[in-house]
Amino acid sequence: MWEQIRANQTRSVVLTAGMGILLLLLGYFLGLYFFGSGIGGLIIALIVWGLMSLVAYFQGDNILLAVSRARKISRDDHPQLYNVVEEMKIASGLEKMPDIYIIDDPALNAFATGRNPDKAAVTITSGLLAKLNRDELQGVIGHEISHIKNRDVLLMAMCAVMLGTIVILAWYATRILFFSGMAGGRRSSRSGGGQAQIIILAIGILLMILAPIAAQLIYFAISRKREYLADASSALYTRYPEGLASALEKLAASTTQLKSANQATAPMYTVNPFRKEGKPASNLTSTHPPILERIRILRAMSGASLSDYDQAYRQARGGVGIAPASALALDGAAGGAALRAPSPETKPVEELPQKVERARETSDLMWRLSDYKTIYCTCGTKLRVSPNFKGTSVKCPHCGRTNSV
Amino acid sequence: MVAVYIIGGIIVILIIIFIATYNGLIGLRNQLRNAWAQIDVQLKRRHDLIPNLIETVRGYMKYERKTLEAVTKARNLAQSLASGDVGARSKAEGELSGALARLLAVAENYPDLKANQNFLALQEELTSTENKISFSRQYYNDSVLRLNNKVQMFPSNVVASMTGFKLGEFFEVTIAEEREAPKVDLT
Repeated sequence: MWEQIRANQTRSVVLTAGMGILLLLLGYFLGLYFFGSGIGGLIIALIVWGLMSLVAYFQGDNILLAVSRARKISRDDHPQLYNVVEEMKIASGLEKMPDIYIIDDPALNAFATGRNPDKAAVTITSGLLAKLNRDELQGVIGHEISHIKNRDVLLMAMCAVMLGTIVILAWYATRILFFSGMAGGRRSSRSGGGQAQIIILAIGILLMILAPIAAQLIYFAISRKREYLADASSALYTRYPEGLASALEKLAASTTQLKSANQATAPMYTVNPFRKEGKPASNLTSTHPPILERIRILRAMSGASLSDYDQAYRQARGGVGIAPASALALDGAAGGAALRAPSPETKPVEELPQKVERARETSDLMWRLSDYKTIYCTCGTKLRVSPNFKGTSVKCPHCGRTNSV
Repeated sequence: MVAVYIIGGIIVILIIIFIATYNGLIGLRNQLRNAWAQIDVQLKRRHDLIPNLIETVRGYMKYERKTLEAVTKARNLAQSLASGDVGARSKAEGELSGALARLLAVAENYPDLKANQNFLALQEELTSTENKISFSRQYYNDSVLRLNNKVQMFPSNVVASMTGFKLGEFFEVTIAEEREAPKVDLT
């Protein structure tokens, strides 16, 4: 496991370094063009990047959680969710229990945050919570916990910042170039080094156009690898790949868009939150591997070990697998990663009452989190009382009895 | 002079490698102990939950005395062996798992019981504790494997034998019993 994390880190570091070089090149040539000094541009690029990185490092998770309007829950709010997270914490050997947040949104998604395993949190939408059975929930949480365990969260946040910096620099440079071009071309009137000037301009424009695209591609490459690895780890932790597979199936079939996601936060989610409204997630690639392929790989696994995933992955995609041979050899020696049976709660075909019960539980939770009081009238009606309600009693609209608040 | 430097350098490097390997072994051993403690916590938790469960269920399941008694008996046996040797203990805990699974399977036949909030909460806790036991065992065994590999493989085995590291013991639960689907006993 460790070796494999390390090998993955090496690969990610190489890709990240590639992105860094791209950023420096862009800064250098823009500087050279606009101020006639490459170093100046380099420094500006580094300052912008440094500031954004600091903010992302220290406040990134708080900002992300605040922007997505996520609310922290405790064990009593939803014992099952808490238990499942704790189970995955134990299975992954994480030392500290991550915080748990819920987003009140019918869209189906989940993500992990936190710059290190001690400051980690998992977040899930109420829609997903209502939709998944215990095994599926375990698969999804296992996926998120392995993002924490493999330290993907910090890496992806840092990559997102670098990508953001490149995009911002290129964007501003394009505007400035465009407007100064309209204003008569300050640069072209400058004497000396005409040929060099043109070359620099050409390289600058080329970089402005290509850098954001290249950075995006690198970013996607990193995040896709990480998604596969998280799927593999989830299967290993739960010993039940079918759980995640069937959860992904539900995600793929869903067509609701998450309201509170944006470009930079997209790779944090289990499935891409940016598919078009009404369009299923299955045919969208970008930051996430095609969801149907992920399901296919998980279903093709003959055991729950990483080498089983690797084998299924190679069958589905051809070429090299996800983990280095040394890690797989060690993992194969464990030999104990046999698949487990589904938990007794999981029925082959879910009955309606079960679904209704889960949806009700989740909506109760959301009401409670918004400080609404619930009163059970003797006629069986549930009354929700807003926190703004000042009165001392409320009349049941169903049977007319008066209930005290 | 040069030879002295080279030899000195090699010795320093060897010492650094020794320290790093030793610390790695200590880290693995601590991880192992931690994982073991985690199993312990979960097994205790299960023992604590059972009296509560029996109390809740008793009123509904008047005709299941045998099943209930089996659970209580298995629990008491497991608790008395809690500080005993690993083999006997894992056998007793395995039997308790089986008895519990039977009880929960029988509970399916009692709609009133299944509507009881208290029972549902207990059922969730038990399911989860059961999972946590197997997950912590899974992690413990992975840790044992990792430590044993280090203790046996070259070059870390040199350091391990010099500093007296022992092989870890796998926590084998009587798997045959666990895998067996719970038989529903309707007598």
